[in-house]
Amino acid sequence: MKSVEEIKAAIEAAVPGAGVEIQTNPSVSAQHSLRLAPSHAIEVATFLRDDPEMALDFLSNATGVDWPDKEISEKVKVTRTVTKTVDGVEQHLEETVEETTRRIAPGCLEAVYHLYSVAKGHGPVVIRMKTVNRADQVELPSLTPVWRSAEFQEREIFDLFGIVFKGHPDLRRLLMWDEFKDHPMRRDYVDPDDFEYEPTAHDEVLKRAQEHKSREQGTGNRDQKDQAATGL
Amino acid sequence: MSSSATDNSISLLRPDGWNRPPVIEPSNDGDLLEVAMGPHHPSTHGVFRMDVALDGERVIRLKPVFGYLHRNHEKLAEGMSYLSSMPFTDRLDYICPMTNNWAYALAVEKLTGQEVPERAQYLRVIVGELTRVQNHASAIGFLIQEMGASGTPLMYAFKAREKILDLFEELTGARMMVNYMRFGGCRVDATPAWLTATRKVVDELPQFVDEFENLLTGNEILMARTQGIGILPAELAVNAGVTGPMLRASGVNYDIRKVDKYGAYDRFKFRVPLGDHGDVYDRFMIRFLEIRESLAILDQALKQIPGGPVMDSKAKLRGFRPKPGEAYGRIEAPKGELGFYLISDGGPNPYRYRIRPPSLINLTILEDMCLGQNVADVVLIFGSVDIVLGEVDR
Repeated sequence: MKSVEEIKAAIEAAVPGAGVEIQTNPSVSAQHSLRLAPSHAIEVATFLRDDPEMALDFLSNATGVDWPDKEISEKVKVTRTVTKTVDGVEQHLEETVEETTRRIAPGCLEAVYHLYSVAKGHGPVVIRMKTVNRADQVELPSLTPVWRSAEFQEREIFDLFGIVFKGHPDLRRLLMWDEFKDHPMRRDYVDPDDFEYEPTAHDEVLKRAQEHKSREQGTGNRDQKDQAATGL
Repeated sequence: MSSSATDNSISLLRPDGWNRPPVIEPSNDGDLLEVAMGPHHPSTHGVFRMDVALDGERVIRLKPVFGYLHRNHEKLAEGMSYLSSMPFTDRLDYICPMTNNWAYALAVEKLTGQEVPERAQYLRVIVGELTRVQNHASAIGFLIQEMGASGTPLMYAFKAREKILDLFEELTGARMMVNYMRFGGCRVDATPAWLTATRKVVDELPQFVDEFENLLTGNEILMARTQGIGILPAELAVNAGVTGPMLRASGVNYDIRKVDKYGAYDRFKFRVPLGDHGDVYDRFMIRFLEIRESLAILDQALKQIPGGPVMDSKAKLRGFRPKPGEAYGRIEAPKGELGFYLISDGGPNPYRYRIRPPSLINLTILEDMCLGQNVADVVLIFGSVDIVLGEVDR
């Protein structure tokens, strides 16, 4: 099979401006992957499927990965001019101070696809796409029109991670029920506070049930808020 | 017998490549009957629902509904160490715990570069093929049961399965929740007595297969009910990611044991049975043929099994932290391609743990196969897919 570099070159020759990047995998498996630009993903996917040399006709696995916002703290050496009084004389001195800067690296959601070729018997070729962020720009093009096997798997990603696949013919929740709000596979998912229904609460559950009760007596009653929102 | 059984005029894969199920117009302007088959329908092997729209007896639309058994296994596994997830994999496809263990162990070994000793590879093949035999036998039994032959063929299949489960119990201490494989080998070694007992079971099994096949294969009712029903064209099967016996019944020669040559499979001679028509009958027959090939592999593996350790002495089970990176490992499980996709961030727990469930993905084309067929055949077509809900819903 071709190496990722050769596949990248072949894609760029066939789809101009495809914007394919190689993401190396440092683990022993050495399954390197190709990061596709969402704008050209369908064209690239169709090329990978139909190109007689690649013939990646079989999409084995499609899944999501959540990369939450990360706080990165870096130590930077900063040189500053400080005014100091030495021996009664004011002097301007240059001083090197180590400062810790904190910045938020924005997170994203990622869809990963593992492709094989039934015709040629090679694989896997790993392709992946990233959303812009995790909140409001979570759209990616659906690859279901290219490989039907993505149909249920993309529905599952939509359900559990919240990536919205544009062009998917039937994008509904797959495993959770339709009225469910959150996306359970996200790293920051919090269990719903429904401990009032617990019949025989004990230990940790009892603590949470009591917390729930005390909150209910206070102002922030979730049920009332929900009722107000739905107008019931 | 039934005119719609031979009505194969509906083209399932549209020529323009847009691979959606075709829309079937009702034959008259009468009302459609909507039926919720499940979640407690006795044929659904668990809790699974098909929302079916019927025109008379003809299926016009079919939507599968999942999630009744969903427990978010993947999320649970992200909160525990690599080894702690091993017993949980038994509970995915609970008919075939050995192959689930194997797929997970293989993925972690790909991630860490762990070597597996020769004897452990052979033991894996032996228990894996025993699993395939008992899975296919019970799949055939369930399929016949759904045809209306209540109980008897299934109990024949379970008679053979029972012997294999006894072997598993002797080897691992558990009949179904075996928790047998480890990263870098197997948990316990097989005693010479166990190998002798396995040899005895393997020698007796062809007789069982002959008997079982004689009872069923030439049966007129079975042929009338299954031939020409639920046809799956090869091109659609590949495009829809169908794997395992279902794919091969459609005539596609793709067996991961041959393609990837994982474990010790490059050392055995076996054939890959293929179907011609891709109908329910082919899917039924392919499982018989695969049982015979599995028995051939078992015969060779029991003859060739070498001595030595079953665990790599350098293997570290607890508290190991794979280097950051990712790996996808897959095996040919009895139901299709079972894969595990792992991402490590260098910690003791997997950052991402994904199971590629063959049962769920093989259901993608359930609607395509059922459209235009009689409602009574839906149960049969569904049974020929061979799923376990523990794996579909995870």
